[in-house]
Amino acid sequence: MDENKVIICRCEDVTLKEIRNAIREGFTTVEEIKRVTRSGMGPCQGKTCGLLIAKEISQMTGKPMEELELQNIRPPYGGITFEEVTKGTITENNK
Amino acid sequence: MKNRANVVIIGGGVVGCSIAYNLAKKGVKDVVLLEKSYLSSGATGRCGAGVRQQWGTKQNCLLASESMNIFEHFADILQIKRDIELKQKGYLLLAYSDKELEQFKKNIEVQHSLNIPSVLLTPKEAKEIVPDLNIEKLVGAAYCAKDGHANPFQVTLGYAEAAQRLGVEINKFTEVKDIKTKNDAVLGVQTNKGFIECTKVVIAAGGWTQNIAKMAGVDLPIYSERHEILVTESVKNILDPMLMSFSYNIYCQQEPNGSFIMGYGPENEPPSYNMESSWEFLETMSKKATWLLPPLKNIRIIRQWAGLYNVSPDRQPIVSQINQVEGLYVACGFSGHGFMLAPAVGILMADIVTGDNLTFDVILDLERFNRGEIIEEPSVV
Ligand SMILES: Cc1cc2nc3c(=O)[nH]c(=O)nc-3n(C[C@H](O)[C@H](O)[C@H](O)COP(=O)(O)OP(=O)(O)OC[C@H]3O[C@@H](n4cnc5c(N)ncnc54)[C@H](O)[C@@H]3O)c2cc1C
Repeated sequence: MDENKVIICRCEDVTLKEIRNAIREGFTTVEEIKRVTRSGMGPCQGKTCGLLIAKEISQMTGKPMEELELQNIRPPYGGITFEEVTKGTITENNK
Repeated sequence: MKNRANVVIIGGGVVGCSIAYNLAKKGVKDVVLLEKSYLSSGATGRCGAGVRQQWGTKQNCLLASESMNIFEHFADILQIKRDIELKQKGYLLLAYSDKELEQFKKNIEVQHSLNIPSVLLTPKEAKEIVPDLNIEKLVGAAYCAKDGHANPFQVTLGYAEAAQRLGVEINKFTEVKDIKTKNDAVLGVQTNKGFIECTKVVIAAGGWTQNIAKMAGVDLPIYSERHEILVTESVKNILDPMLMSFSYNIYCQQEPNGSFIMGYGPENEPPSYNMESSWEFLETMSKKATWLLPPLKNIRIIRQWAGLYNVSPDRQPIVSQINQVEGLYVACGFSGHGFMLAPAVGILMADIVTGDNLTFDVILDLERFNRGEIIEEPSVV
């Protein structure tokens, strides 16, 4: 498996190699890796990569998965346009 | 973790890390930095990432331009490999009244005395720089092409890395619980991982500084306040400079990766440690932003969050020793512009701790409030 070709974060194009390098540098939480590599900063907010990164941290540091926290998922969750917010179409639809 | 140190720095934001690096660079041995979470987990990692030199007082201009100099040559000066993603596509400050424009003119005079290359623009000229800008009601603008953006995580980690190379011990996930003093002098710092004996402590704990100072019996005239901010998906480049207005109350810029980052100063926000996001912010921000830059309408917002401003009585930093307790120092009260000033602040604090003459001719000591020397800076958001 070529670490350079395996994409872990699809939104921000972050490879397995970059994730492993960050862990080797001493960034051993998902939140830190997000900040050094941008993984999880894209539209899906780490829904896919968060777990993969946690697994990688667990394997490389020996920390059990249960002890690792995933990244914060922040509002507005789904990703809405400015126009949807200003026109209130989202709230209308939800009624 | 060491159990003895010369200087303990509390806080692993950009300010603490810059201080750590500058102390070590001056040859101070056994510097230990303590951070309760990860580096840049406080305001630094939550900020708007703007760096500007267009200030209204001589000392802010001086600190900002010296800091910009360092940002410009960051990797070389610190001898590190990190790219801090410095983008110098300017800050465009928008004036919506003649009074505001007059103030900009005065500010530019001050800026020119320190060779900051700012200019005054007509609305039409502003639109040439930002073709999508709504110039309705705009009276004029001030612009400095050398202002811009830098990545706060990379800057902080850069300082941390360079500091460690010079011997500083950095302990992440280590929380300070108490500062021990005796006869009004520092004896050491109690953490959740043990006690560190030391005679000098620098508090650079951002929004939590006042609580930590209290551990040593010191009441600081500062408070913390929530500021919210959001970021969009990344799209093609349509905005070069940071857009900012004091009266319309907004800042907005497109980062080098293509996403927009923006916020405004909350009105009537009570002092607090609240870092929750609000729906009100999302709504008001969306209205402001799409009025100012209509093409934003169709762009997706992907994340919003909040951070703490640490505010001082004159909204200017306090970089000072504390007379009441020997060996205690604080760097706080950055009131929303601590990222861009951090390089110069690190140098200043290193001067103060080592007892050297200040490298920059500025007055940021705590005693200024007792002397009544309040700094009047007209250009803050
Ligand atoms: C929304 C927002 C936008 C902003 N935009 C800009 C901008 O565009 N440009 C600009 O220049 N500035 C901006 N700022 C201001 C800037 O972020 C701050 O002034 C700056 O980051 C302060 O850095 P600091 O290192 O002093 O504090 P922080 O980054 O907050 O660091 C303090 C650290 O201390 C740690 N700490 C706290 N208590 C303890 C303890 N008991 N033990 C150990 N560690 C502890 C915290 O975890 C934290 O990491 C903005 C701020 C906000 C909130």
